[in-house]
Amino acid sequence: MQSGFVMLAMSLLVFLGVYAVGDPVEILISPDADQFERERAVRALGLDLPLWQQYLVFLGRALQGDLGRSFVFNEPAIQIILQRMPATLELAFGSMFLSILIGLPLGLYAGLKPDSPVSKGIMATSILGFSLPTFWVGLMLIMVFAVQLGWLPSTGRGDTAEILGTRWSFLTWDGLRHILLPAINLSLFKISLVIRLTRAGVRETMLMDYVKFARAKGLSPNRVTFVHVFKNILIPVVTVVGLELGGTIAFSVVTESVFAWPGMGKLIIDSINVLDRPVIVAYLLMIVLMFIVINLVVDIVYTMLDPRVRLEAKA
Amino acid sequence: MSGVVLAPVETPLRRFVSEFFASSIAAIGLAVFVVIALAAIFAPWIAPQNPYDLAVLDIMDGRLEPGAVGGSGMTHWLGTDDQGRDMLSGIIYGLRISLLVGVGSAFIACMVGASLGMLAAYAGGRTDSVIMRVVDLQLSFPTILAALMILAFLGKGVMNVVIALVLVEWAYYARTVRGSALVERRREYIEAAICLALPTRRILFNHLLPNCLPPLIVVGTMQIARAIALEATLSFLGLGVPITEPSLGLLIANGYEYMLSGKYWISFYPGIALLITIVSINLVGDQLRDVLNPRLKK
Repeated sequence: MQSGFVMLAMSLLVFLGVYAVGDPVEILISPDADQFERERAVRALGLDLPLWQQYLVFLGRALQGDLGRSFVFNEPAIQIILQRMPATLELAFGSMFLSILIGLPLGLYAGLKPDSPVSKGIMATSILGFSLPTFWVGLMLIMVFAVQLGWLPSTGRGDTAEILGTRWSFLTWDGLRHILLPAINLSLFKISLVIRLTRAGVRETMLMDYVKFARAKGLSPNRVTFVHVFKNILIPVVTVVGLELGGTIAFSVVTESVFAWPGMGKLIIDSINVLDRPVIVAYLLMIVLMFIVINLVVDIVYTMLDPRVRLEAKA
Repeated sequence: MSGVVLAPVETPLRRFVSEFFASSIAAIGLAVFVVIALAAIFAPWIAPQNPYDLAVLDIMDGRLEPGAVGGSGMTHWLGTDDQGRDMLSGIIYGLRISLLVGVGSAFIACMVGASLGMLAAYAGGRTDSVIMRVVDLQLSFPTILAALMILAFLGKGVMNVVIALVLVEWAYYARTVRGSALVERRREYIEAAICLALPTRRILFNHLLPNCLPPLIVVGTMQIARAIALEATLSFLGLGVPITEPSLGLLIANGYEYMLSGKYWISFYPGIALLITIVSINLVGDQLRDVLNPRLKK
């Protein structure tokens, strides 16, 4: 109920905001077009109606899943976005996978041996991961691995293979080579996050009675680490990484622009630059919807994981 | 007698300063930041060239390598961009815009956020829940997207970037201040001030605010670094500052197309300048957090 209200408020805000940006007629119609042609175009795009009427028309269609046609591509806006979505999702999930693959072992090491110089190095590097601007790191990755060393391609998605009607890069060798740099770039922040969370979790768990007890029983250090400690830190880490999905998709705007990755993020930047209103509105509404869904799912998952939340609700 | 009392007295400020400089890394960070800030402020006097004076630019000097000598006999230590602009000068002038936007937006956001946060904590009830609901909504949405949306509506411009950054950042300050104000407002001195029937505004700004400052300073320092990084990102995407007032982010964006042909310096050095700025501010902020946090006091 509340989500629906937020959605409605956002749709009005987004619609009015986008309306204030500028007149798309100026950009779309060539300056040589005469008065008659202009008027015809304005009417065809529905821009001659009063503002509130445009909003109602928009809202009515939006409820039917129609968010208008792109001025540039002359295709339904939602369809254009959905076409680009697999590329973005692929990148986001790839980077989340990398962040766990790299972050967990490093965080585990830093947590088990907090005083070793290697751990201190890991922690210092993780501060860099938080503070470096993503786009600059992306440029440096291109410079080193694509330009200087020539190991990996710098832009695009490469060859794709088709499953269930959508095209994916990670299924082909060439596509994998293309996705590696952008995925690393997008995962840097999350790698740092996972390292810190894992380290804090390990240090906390190592002091717990059940770990002491497991040690006292004479279990091997490896068994204590990987069965008793690891299992318990995994839940919060995975939860936080899941929570970051929305942020990852949002931040892919930057990474996609750097690596010319043809996803939703690049689409929105291009659309803003040419004032393609329906696409901007549709993109923003979809992102808002996505965030509402993610927050809802997280709330539900928390209730399932943490019995205390349920008890409070009953009392 | 009085001399004996004065000499070894330890004022809070002096203790704070000595604790801050106990960490040499933080001291270095502060020194680096001061140098950067001075360079930005005095850019017209220390930059080898005015990068916006078209009369001194020579297109023949375009894309010179670092250390090359230009047609006018000037050595370009960090190379030149495609217009023949000296990169070192461009970076020093770019720092000006970046710092102006970063510090300016952090300062305004701090004032807005702190006022609203204090109001929420002091008034409580419905005011509190309305303000904090907006804060929650804002914090659940990624800053980059919110800023992108606002800039898409406002268009380019230094002022617009500042507005966008203020709108996405005030929530952090509001939450921080509300947290400490909730604790402080139950103290006796606030009760005393209320009993004295002082005007609310005076209680808020003269009594409550000074006692909420420490966490605010820490968040503020970190937010300056975040604001600078965010501005650079937005400018890189082509939605930030206009081409006539290039910040570091825009300089990096300008070099992007030349990087693929191996002319790395146009993007590389502005990026290094950005990196040093952000890291030095973060080092200072980290140490401030340790020093100002009473829980970590021995």
